[in-house]
Amino acid sequence: MKTSMKKELRLLKGNEAIAEAAIRAGADAYFGYPITPQSEVLEYLMLEKPEERTGMVVLQAESELAAINMVFGAASAGRRVITSSSSPGISLFQECISYIAGAELPCVIVNVVRGGPGLGTIQPSQADYFQATKGGGHGDYNLLVLAPASVQEMSDFVPLGFELAFRYRNPVMILTDGLIGQMMEKVELFEPIARATEFDQSWVATGKTADRERNIITSLDLDPAMMEQHNKDLQEKYRKMQSEVRFEEMECADAEYLMVAYGSSARICQKAVQLARSRGIKAGLLRPVTLYPFPSGKVLEMAGRVKGILSVEMNTGQMVEDVRLAVNGKVPVEHYGRFGGMVHSPNEVLEALHEKIIKS
Amino acid sequence: MDVKEISITDIIRPENQVYRKSPLMTDNVLSYCPGCGHGVVHRLIAEVIEELGIQSETIGIAPVGCSVLAYDFIDVDWLQAPHGRAPAVATGLKRVMPDKYIFTYQGDGDLAAIGTGETIHASNRGENITIIFINNGIYGMTGGQMAPTTIPGMVSSTSPYGRDVSTMGHPIKITELVAQLPGSYYVTRQAVHKPANVRKAKKAIQKAFENQALKKGLSLVEVVSNCNSGWKMTPVKSNQWMEENMFPFYPLGDIKVDGVLVK
Repeated sequence: MKTSMKKELRLLKGNEAIAEAAIRAGADAYFGYPITPQSEVLEYLMLEKPEERTGMVVLQAESELAAINMVFGAASAGRRVITSSSSPGISLFQECISYIAGAELPCVIVNVVRGGPGLGTIQPSQADYFQATKGGGHGDYNLLVLAPASVQEMSDFVPLGFELAFRYRNPVMILTDGLIGQMMEKVELFEPIARATEFDQSWVATGKTADRERNIITSLDLDPAMMEQHNKDLQEKYRKMQSEVRFEEMECADAEYLMVAYGSSARICQKAVQLARSRGIKAGLLRPVTLYPFPSGKVLEMAGRVKGILSVEMNTGQMVEDVRLAVNGKVPVEHYGRFGGMVHSPNEVLEALHEKIIKS
Repeated sequence: MDVKEISITDIIRPENQVYRKSPLMTDNVLSYCPGCGHGVVHRLIAEVIEELGIQSETIGIAPVGCSVLAYDFIDVDWLQAPHGRAPAVATGLKRVMPDKYIFTYQGDGDLAAIGTGETIHASNRGENITIIFINNGIYGMTGGQMAPTTIPGMVSSTSPYGRDVSTMGHPIKITELVAQLPGSYYVTRQAVHKPANVRKAKKAIQKAFENQALKKGLSLVEVVSNCNSGWKMTPVKSNQWMEENMFPFYPLGDIKVDGVLVK
């Protein structure tokens, strides 16, 4: 007899997909604080009662400062912990993210980016690229950064995020924006993953038992030689993380002109590539899926094959610096993008490709 | 005349023993100044954990301040939290392990200035944790600056002419504030400068740990302590000064017991 697993399809907002995926990914806890445009994550979780579904803890904190420190606490016990916020709240997270990176704890942090600086706007933006990919808080450290471009990926990147966070004992950031957070799409939900029942006793703070030494979760070492060595160890880990680079290509094989874009901007550029092709312009799109590690090797390879590259971002020009670094002067690299909560149209992108790359 | 040589092993015998170091105190040399109260409170915590038999179920959370290295001295699992955030860190840890014993160890700058929000809200939520709060009225580790609990007129490196409450604000009695919140279950103020106080403080710490099993709310033990280095006094003088100046402002004794205000 032929058996077929019926796929579970749902129409969800990006933020809801994050929340549902957290429960299904076997998360032990979510700690968060309301902020637009990501409040649906906490709302969905409270409505779903994951304590009854899986035993997952959900708690609304008194501030982003408290929320991320609750993450720090629960992550220290080896639990799968997730939090989410939006730009101004992520800035408040930064102190503790630095501690989490320094203490080498796994966790998943979702940033549903809105326009800045300051209180900015509640409209979508990609202006937090630097903050996400260059560390963000104090000290030399890096997060592993995933950039979903669909509601499906909002769901899929939660279990992937946990997997990577535990593989490297490093915080993972899902860097998305208000557009993907708020838009509704069809999502194929993955099969639920059971919550972990055993924890790596080599590092977790779950109580010192007779069979092991005590574990101390700290980012402090007053001996500078030891702290230098700790930094070397972190850098070695980040080098290993380079193997996790992920990207997606569209019409790159014969492309003469390349667009590099992630997340929402990549979705818009897909249409821009179609428009360009319909007008006889051989355009292609490279979509970095991991922003850290950045697909520098792929960008360099493409630089050897195309006449020019346009980095299309919903900011004033951030990822373009990484593209230029990878290209190293081989071909012209320009930036185009709307910002401050404005979102470019495919036609605007195509016009910019013409003006900034093809014409010059 | 023959002089009988007395060996140390003749003296150190079980029947002669009146005091011993808890095996939960590590052999690391304490980083505190001679005369400081931190070491005594550390010992009391170690003894309580040992006597309750909860070493394998206890996780401590160290603050930023003089006791940032508390994890070097008591043999349990530890976390070292960002400045002031220990009650939030403890919340995260306790919520995923509700049957473990979670305690924070915090100074006045950590708990009552930068961490005020975390202290008040963890207390108000009734987190089943224990907070050990060392109040010496000064920032010790950074070199004797004015703290949220520095009493009026008290000299510090950032109030060199004495705390002027008209411009520097008033010292905050955060322990009384915590006691007012429905989520706190046991709130007390103790000292460790004299043997009688040490015994009382130990009982308070023990109760604060035992309360976690009841799951009825947060327990906070404030220990009014000296900082002879920061106060620029001898240890003896600093204890006298504490009795004469700190205790009138921060009176010792229980404030809330078993969820009921007693003061």
